[in-house]
Amino acid sequence: MTTIQLRPIDYVILGLYFAFVLGIGFALRRHTRSSTDFFLSGRSIPAWVAGLAFLSANLGAQEVIGMAASGAKYGIATSHFYWVGAIPAMVFVGVFMMPFYYGSRARSVPEYLKLRFDEKTRGLNAVTFACMTVVSSGISMYAMGLLLGVLLGWDFSFSVLVSACIVLAYIFLGGLTSAIYNEVLQFFLIVAGFVPLVYLGMQDVGGWHGLTTRLAVAATKAGYAPGAYTHSWRHMGAAADNPMGVEWFGLAMGLGFVLSFGYWTTDFLVVQRAMAADSMSAARRTPLIAAFPKMLFPALVILPGMIALALTTRSGATGFTLPAKPDGSLNYDLTIPLMLGHYFPPGLLGLGLTALMASFMSGMAGNVTAFNTVWTYDIYQAYIRKGASDEHYLWMGRMSTVFGIVLSVATAYATTQFNNIMDMLQLVFAFVNAPLFATFLLGMFWRRTTGHGAFTGLLTGTLAAAVHHGLTLPRGSGVGIKGGWLGHVATTYPSEMAQNFWTAIWAWTACFVVTIAVSLVTKPRPEAELRGLVYSLTERARSEGEPWYRRPGVLAVVVLAMTLALNLIFF
Amino acid sequence: MNLDIRLPIGMLFTLLGLLLTGYGLTSDASVYQRSLGHNLNLSWGLVVLVFGAVFLFYGRRGTAAVRSADESPEGRATEAREHRTGLESEGPGAGVH
Repeated sequence: MTTIQLRPIDYVILGLYFAFVLGIGFALRRHTRSSTDFFLSGRSIPAWVAGLAFLSANLGAQEVIGMAASGAKYGIATSHFYWVGAIPAMVFVGVFMMPFYYGSRARSVPEYLKLRFDEKTRGLNAVTFACMTVVSSGISMYAMGLLLGVLLGWDFSFSVLVSACIVLAYIFLGGLTSAIYNEVLQFFLIVAGFVPLVYLGMQDVGGWHGLTTRLAVAATKAGYAPGAYTHSWRHMGAAADNPMGVEWFGLAMGLGFVLSFGYWTTDFLVVQRAMAADSMSAARRTPLIAAFPKMLFPALVILPGMIALALTTRSGATGFTLPAKPDGSLNYDLTIPLMLGHYFPPGLLGLGLTALMASFMSGMAGNVTAFNTVWTYDIYQAYIRKGASDEHYLWMGRMSTVFGIVLSVATAYATTQFNNIMDMLQLVFAFVNAPLFATFLLGMFWRRTTGHGAFTGLLTGTLAAAVHHGLTLPRGSGVGIKGGWLGHVATTYPSEMAQNFWTAIWAWTACFVVTIAVSLVTKPRPEAELRGLVYSLTERARSEGEPWYRRPGVLAVVVLAMTLALNLIFF
Repeated sequence: MNLDIRLPIGMLFTLLGLLLTGYGLTSDASVYQRSLGHNLNLSWGLVVLVFGAVFLFYGRRGTAAVRSADESPEGRATEAREHRTGLESEGPGAGVH
């Protein structure tokens, strides 16, 4: 494969972007005087800014590259990650959970766990979360270095170090505000870079009609019904009927309920953006505002994958095709970058690459700001040095930014050496994350839940995830990292995704049941201590004074209705 | 925050729009074979430029000032709640009235 040649105009555009990103950091430096400024943006971010950052922090490499790859692999069913998974979860966190996160004045998700439960539950969550952010930012750096190497022939170390230094500089200077402002900028750049790509791809494939016709051929060739790639629900009746290998129940429960709610409602990476909002009503609107662009994002990140697959299958292809890997299967991960190189003229190519870089950086910055906050407030202040001055914690925030980025870079290099270790770490984190939503759900809506219950439930849930994974295998995989390592394979799933969904369902159920059981036999905290932390003991957030378009309830109904419509249109 | 985010976004997109349209006007038509014959630098560059200009306009008007909590019913409710629960001492702004 030949690398893409950039012209001077492309470098100018990339350079301009870097200059602005750094400039924002410098401009915000004077306003970053206290630890609240640095970690929580002084709780002064308007709702629309927090909302776009909420969305953008999640728009890292994994999202943009991975969703296009899944679009090519599974077709429009990938949109379930948005229309079944993310959106309902975002509505839930905005309407029901934000009153406790924002209202409790907790500065982080682990800190909420301390207020609601106890120290050990917080410690467990803080440590696993801190490790997780560093590793995922390292993995996304690795992916970026690899990609720029393949695409542009850039040196791995050059790509990794330059982007790490830029992210470090702007967070070091302006803290969370700088990260949030840049995420908003990056959001608009991602849209500006990807819209022309989808436009050209659609022109080339012959519009929606051309796309469905070609994908019908691809589906028949792969042994599915002709509409398998272009209908999101119609072929979900049985796992064997769709390329994802999942049936509707595993999809709705595993992906929709457990995994998506777990991620969008408890992951501090995204919740931190809403906590930085300037009022309770803005904090509640943050995920709801994010939901509007989020529901349209499949058109920008999944559609290119479907277009790429359609173009690859057209007969006598002279245009765009996906490259094959050495083993003969298609290399889906290169979908977006290769399409950029194929369709974009100089100038626009610079904008497209800037969009790609912007997505890498916003993902990285999201992880780093979540890391430095949890490290400083929930680990350093809680266990290492209590009661220091605010300047000291501000200093520690800056130091942990450096530290977090250095660790991420180290992780990126470690990944080049030991690919399996990364897979294993991600697996362990999946085990840790899966049960979390049960803990929060019970903690927020059942006042009887106790700290011992939450802690035991979390550990049992993680254990259940590991045991389920150890006893099952996706079809066609060997025993090892893919599962089955407990020596006995109880179930063979049609796909890795089905296995993941069911691992999550088991973990969630185990955590839910054990938390309830242990809570019933341990002593609950007095109700007076739970005010503002539990649904039944908290005043309802009122929004009567607000115009209708600012009321979370109204926005939630609009969001859900639109999402339902999208599900029906592409049924 | 004293910096309105719409300003830098407006500036960057205006500059990007100018660069793209400028390049679109001067570049050779042969580079657009890739993009199926569309001079997207020119057309998309104009869209980017207009977007940048709109953000610059609203950013310069500047409305995103920090409002004092007692100006809105919700802010007053939050303050009252914090007063009751004794949480109001947090943060650097506390005590400055």
